[in-house]
Formats: sequence, C-alpha cells, structure tokens
Amino acid sequence: MGRVPHYDAIVIGGGHNGLTTAAYLAKAGKQVLLLERRDILGGATVTEEIYPGFKYSVASYVVSLLRPDVIRELKLAEHGLEIVPLESSFSPLPGGDYLVRWADRDQTRREIYRHSPHDADLYPEFGRLMSQMARAVKPLISMAPPDPTSLNPKELLELAKLGRYFARDLEQEHFYSLVKLMTMSVADFLDEWFESEPLKAVMSSSGIIGTFLGPRSPGTAYVMLHHFMGEIDGVFRAWGFPRGGTGAVAESIASAARSYGVEIRTSADVEQVIVKKGRALGVALESGEEIYARRVVSGVDPKRTFLKLVDESHLPSDFVEDIRRFRIQGSSGKVNLALSELPHFTGLPADGPHLRGFISVGPSIEYLERAYDDAKYGAFSRRPYLDIVIPSAIDPAMAPPGKHVMSIFVQHAPYNLNGGWNDAQREAFGDAVVDTLAEFAPNIKDAILHRQVLTPWDLEQVMGLTEGNIFQGELSLHQLFFLRPAAGWARYRTPVKNLYLCGSAAHPGGGISSAPGRLAALEILKNWSKPWSS
Amino acid sequence: MLRGTPFHSRTSALCEGQNWRRWAGYVVAGSYELTHEREYYAIRTTAALIDISPLHKYRIHGPDAVRVVDRIVTRDASKCAVNQIMYTPWCTDAGKVLDDGTLWRLDEQTFRLTAAEPNLHWLLENAIGLAVEIEDESDRIAAVALQGPNSREILKLISDTDLDTLGYFRLKRAAVADLPAIITRTGYTGDLGYEIWVEADQAGRLWDALMAAGRAYGILPTGILALDIARVEAGLLLLEVDYVPARQAEVASQTSTPYELGLGWTVKLDKGPFIGRQALAEQKRRGLKWKFVGIEVEWESLERLYWEFGLPPQLPTEAWRESVPVYSGRQWIGYATSGCWSPILKKYLAMGHLRAQYAKPGTPVKMEVKVEHQRKQAAARVVKKPFFDPERKRA
Repeated sequence: MGRVPHYDAIVIGGGHNGLTTAAYLAKAGKQVLLLERRDILGGATVTEEIYPGFKYSVASYVVSLLRPDVIRELKLAEHGLEIVPLESSFSPLPGGDYLVRWADRDQTRREIYRHSPHDADLYPEFGRLMSQMARAVKPLISMAPPDPTSLNPKELLELAKLGRYFARDLEQEHFYSLVKLMTMSVADFLDEWFESEPLKAVMSSSGIIGTFLGPRSPGTAYVMLHHFMGEIDGVFRAWGFPRGGTGAVAESIASAARSYGVEIRTSADVEQVIVKKGRALGVALESGEEIYARRVVSGVDPKRTFLKLVDESHLPSDFVEDIRRFRIQGSSGKVNLALSELPHFTGLPADGPHLRGFISVGPSIEYLERAYDDAKYGAFSRRPYLDIVIPSAIDPAMAPPGKHVMSIFVQHAPYNLNGGWNDAQREAFGDAVVDTLAEFAPNIKDAILHRQVLTPWDLEQVMGLTEGNIFQGELSLHQLFFLRPAAGWARYRTPVKNLYLCGSAAHPGGGISSAPGRLAALEILKNWSKPWSS
Repeated sequence: MLRGTPFHSRTSALCEGQNWRRWAGYVVAGSYELTHEREYYAIRTTAALIDISPLHKYRIHGPDAVRVVDRIVTRDASKCAVNQIMYTPWCTDAGKVLDDGTLWRLDEQTFRLTAAEPNLHWLLENAIGLAVEIEDESDRIAAVALQGPNSREILKLISDTDLDTLGYFRLKRAAVADLPAIITRTGYTGDLGYEIWVEADQAGRLWDALMAAGRAYGILPTGILALDIARVEAGLLLLEVDYVPARQAEVASQTSTPYELGLGWTVKLDKGPFIGRQALAEQKRRGLKWKFVGIEVEWESLERLYWEFGLPPQLPTEAWRESVPVYSGRQWIGYATSGCWSPILKKYLAMGHLRAQYAKPGTPVKMEVKVEHQRKQAAARVVKKPFFDPERKRA
C-alpha cells in the first residue's frame, strides 16, 4: 500500500501529558511527531494574554501533582520550569471572620484554635495520617496498574507485590483508614476528626474539586487524598504556582521534547486515526494530509479518541459501551479577571500574605452541598464554591505593574445545563461568581478591568475536553486504577493495535502530574519490539 | 505573626541582641545580651529570670480528677499530696511517650498539668463520661522561672510566705509583689530555683518586682540558650530533641517508652490501669533494647584529634541538638541527641540513646565529632545523669 511510516510515533494532542509522552519516546531514540489542534501548546495547561498586558492561566491554575521523576528525567528545571510554593490557604467567612492555614504550624495552630481548640490539637495528626496514606498509595500511582483478573504471570507478580505491600508494610490502623478513605464521603470522613465548620469546609473542598459530586457523596474522601498526594521536592501536600502561569509547565516540557528531537506541529487538527485490520497506521488531518507512524498515541480523552477519531467498526462493541458509559460530565468553570487593584477581604488588611496563597470561598459543608444541589438538577450553583489564586501576587510579571490577575476555579457548573449554555447563561454564571466573591471582597466589582468566563461548554470548544471535564473523566473510584478508562484497558493500550492512550483519562488520572504521559511512554517502549497482540 | 508572651513588653525592651527563638507558638529571648555566657553563669552563681510562659497548662477539676489524671500519666496521682508536684510522662496504648511535664495537686479535686505539646484533646478524650472539667489555661497563666543560688533570697524579699519550708517539688499559694501567685519549687536547670505563676495580665508587674528585688543579688534576665546548657547539665530531657513524641513520629521506630528514656522510675505499673500499662509491663518483663544515657567525651581524646591539625580543642559554645552517631569499635550502637560544653563542670557532655548492652556507666564508646571538616571519633564513656546535681537544689 506504499505506506512507509514517516515516524516511529505520532502523539495526538499537545497537552502536558501528550508532550510528556512525546519527550520520553524521543528521549529513547524514537522519531516522534506531536500534533496539536490549536495554535498554542499546552491543552488545558496554558497561559494566554487574552486581555493586553494580563496573562491568564486560562484553565488549570496551580501545580502540585507534577511527578518529581518527570521533572528530573526530562530536566524541566533546565528547560525553564520554576515553581513558587503557594503556602497558605485562606477562607473568608461571613461577617468578616476568616480561617487561614499558614505554612507555619504554630501560626496555623493558633488560627484553628480560634475556631476550635479541639481541632487545633488534631489538625497536625490528621496531616500526618494523610501523608502516611499518600505514601501508602504512592506505589499505586507510580506503576502501570496490573489487572487483577489477568492470568499474565507478570501482572500476577505485580499484583502479588502489591498485595504483600498492603499486607506487610502498611500498619493495621493505616489499612483501616485507607478503606475508609476509599469508601466514605469527605464530609463524613472529616466529621470523624473535626468539629469546626470552616475547617471541615475548606478541607472537604479538595474532595470535590473537578468532580460532579458534593462533599456528602461517597468516594469524595479518596479525591481529597488524591490532592494530598501533591509533592514538591519530595514534600507531600505542597502546592505551587509555576512562574509564567501553568503554560510555563507545558512550555518547559515542550522545550525538553524538542531537545530530544520531537517534531511539534501546531494548528494540526487530527480528524481520524487510520486503522486497518485492527491496527493503527497513522492519522489523517482535517487538511486531508495523511501521516503514517508505527505507533499512534492519543493524549485526548477516550470519548473523543474512540467515539470520534477511531471508527467504531474497529472496536469491540462492549468496549464502545464502556467508553460511552465513562463518566465525564464536566462540573466546573473558570473565571479569569484582570484587576486594577487587589481584592480587599472584609476583616483583613487590603494587602497581606493571605493573598499570596489559595483563597477558598466555601464557608461550610452545607454551602458546598447546596452548591452541588443546584448542579444535580441542571443549574449552575447560585452561590458556587470558588478556589482562587492571584497569580500576579506571586509572579508580578503576570500583569502590568500594580495591576493583578485573578484565577477563579468555580464549582459547580454542569455541562448539561438546563436549556444549554449560551452567551446569556455564560454571563449569568460569571455574574454569580463575581456576586459571590463581592460578598467577601466588596471592592472586587469596581476593580474588574476584564473578565473571561469559561463554562464546561467553552472548555470543550476551546481545549477539546469532552463535556469540559478537567480530568478527562471523573476521578470516582469506579473509574480509577485498573478501571481507568475501562476495565481491562488500564495499561495505556487499546483494542486497536499500536494505538495507545496517554492523557488524564489513563491511570493515575488528572491534574498536572504528567504521570499518565510518562507511564504510557514507558509502557509503549517496553513493548516496542513485540507489539501487543490480542 | 508569632505571639510575644505576657512578659513581652518587658523582655523585648531588654533583648539587646534581638535574638528571638520560637517556643510553642511564642517568641522568647534566646539571649538578652549578645552572647548567652553571663546568663548561664547567672543560673549557676547568682540568679536568672527566665520567661517560661509558652508551656501548655491545663486545669483538671472535679470529683473524678484523680481518676482522669491517673488514667493518663504513668505516676500514681492518688499518691500526689495536696501542694505536691510530680514530674511525669504520659504514653500511648503502646507505651510510647506522648509528652512529659509536671502534675500539681492544687486541692483534693484539682490538678494542673504542664506540657510541652498541646494536650487538650488528649485530656478531653480520656475524660469522657467522668465528672471533671478540663480547662486550657495556657494563655491565661504567665510563668517565670527564678533560678540560681540567690533565687530564694530574692523571692523572700517580695513574697509573703515562708520559703524555707517550701520543699523540692512542692507548691505554695502566696502573694508575690502583692499579686496572687503560685510559687512552685521547680525548674529546668537542676539548681535551686522557683517558678512563679500569675494571671497573664499581671505579668509585667511581677517581672518588674523580681528584677528590682534581684538587682542587689545579680539577677539577670536569661534566655533559653543559657537554659539549654543548664538542662543538659541537669540531665533533663527535651521533647522533639531527645525524643520524638509518639504523636509526631512518622514511623513507630522513632518513638520511645519511658523505660527507654531513663524514666522507669516514673512508671507505676501496680497503681491500677492507665494508658500504656500493658505494653510497659510487657517491656519491663522482656527487657530493654535501648537506653537513654549520659555521655562524657574525654578531653584528652578531643585534644589529640585537634592536635593533628595544629589546633586547640574547639568546644561548642551553645548546647547542640542534633543526632550524632555513637560507636563501639566500628559498630554503630546509637546516637547522641543533645550535648554541650559544661562551663561549670569543665566537661564535654552529651545525652543519647544507646543499645542497652552498651548503656552501663563506665562503658567506653566513641562519639562522632567534626574536626576541620572531617568526621572523627572522640573517645567517650557512659556516665550517670544528672551530670550536675548541687545539694542546694533540694536543700
């Protein structure tokens, strides 16, 4: 047929995971082409100057899960990656009160003590348990998940190792805690520890971020743990802001990829994965161009990959059913603001260290649950949960001198909005966010110079994330580990030979971790000489 | 921002070196002068005034107060007479030390417990269902230590009570500088000394009165750097330095039982049930793998090590607090956790955890020292604690 492969591998999608996979494959000596639909790299990990002089981390806004091995192995520091720690978490409360958790344990203790002496004593213990749990789960995150139903001796061996680890190395009480974390709602789990409402609220919010769930939904305790796995320089539970915005993370990976010889083409929209006799041969672009390669790796989500790019006729029907059922409804939006001045939160100074960390608007569990209630029935939250950072307070180059940018992650905003998303709904959603924020920082409305509102629908249109899901699929337990994205297909392979997945929809899931990208590349390389066959 | 203690208006005016150290969420003076040397000698030769307000303090009051306290601490609280004070650790179920402090009996139904760490939740959790009230008095009560051979004479000048009859580890309610106070015959220096406890809003007046009364007796405001040397000389443990409190341990091997810390004398296995009793009884039966001992580094050995580089022995000016390996021959047998040059004993002292078979006083060991950027081993031997134990402490 005259189809001499042009490349060893084609990677579809220039998000951080696609870039990571491309870099690892090229580092191993492969000829790699990466294709990005947009004219800018990064996918949801992108910095753009939407309003002149103001740089928005348009979608993703902080980094913590980025694997230290990726930073080390791809030499990302040499390629310009600089992560500044975000050390505090500030929750404004009604009536001008607040709760701040600082980097310093004594300061945090005193602050929590103000709300509950009981919780002040337990907070450090809880943190230790979570870091022990994060360490316990870390081996899972760093490996390609073995399939428990497989009879492949290698997978059985890995399972046995894992079993021995849980049976022997994990202390009994830690095992119990792990089971609780895997099954409980974050609110119930925190109720076992704490009494202070603001503390529980701010801690539970990490259990619902990016999910279509409320703090009382079972399974959210695990999502909280997922966020505790953030690690900077080997320290668990550390979050950071990449200098230059999250786009700088993608740029540093792209720079590493180029240094290993990856060819990167932007404005290259892949329309189809070319499959013949159950084998991926290459891709066809929207322009009609066909490019052939020995392997095709998809960094885009499984719905887009298997229900759009690959013709269904090449796939087993039960697999197609699994992918159709894969829960992916986006539930969060993003509002980016250009500000003439810092927000002034009632009860606190106009400027201060509380503005240089996370700002979390969600004062009680009930507030968060009600925000979810709205979404359950197809509306955006009238008073949403807001997770805010002010990038320019950390990196002044993000805005003109003295001016600021604010990044507001908003939950909930269901993809399937009653009546559908349109311009009027988008603006109404933006207004709900600003109104909510103005309850705590009254000067905000007058300070806004420009506002960018992104609904899940926009995230789908702009970034190509199906239904606007920031994790390429819900991080619920039935969609994790050997079930991600579908039972039996967790090791980055797909029912189409030579077609692999490398995005957040693959194990271990979302966040700027680059873990799926790295593990996918390692798995592809491991099987290079002996292409997988069914 | 960290808090100053109730004495901060006074201590900050005196702290010439701006040498502030952190202690339980407060800042306290490391030393008031640019070096802590004079302050150390004040403890041992005249009188030192030390702000100890950051200690956590809890009031346990009610008909079941003895039961609650006895459930928690390893000492026998029922034997603690009114106005008596007991030093005691308390443990987890596994017998691992959580914290240590002093337990005071204020009356039949009232105790005060001082602690290095927050313990409110631990106390409340263990008081469930019992008729007792527990109050965190930490911020309400200010405390200052007056330590040194002249401390009694100074305190006599401004208190209305007979100090000659106040025995070691006993307390008295008294007026000090006309302020209602509790005087305890306690301290962290191993010297003659008292601690004076008042309501926080009266701290300034107490400080002023003590400083005025002590002027003729060589009183010096003293920071915690000098105190650290004194406490090593006295062989007194420091939480987070000499042992990892069980609550903070990342892995179980980091924790210690009272027996392993040389506090076996505080464990009253036959007093009735208390938290950790079973595990401690078991350990007592089976014997110890580790012991906490005093170590004295031999001067001649240090001298030889430095002599090789043409240098006189260089001694630590401050007490150090880091883990230092200890060997027997080539074998690692444990680690020292704090140490200092004792200016009064003229000895290089350390304390540390050694495998039990090497813990007998007199056993020769080797402690790592860094000499001119190189790791060397200085000859040392195991010695009894306390290193410094003057008669006046109890007299």
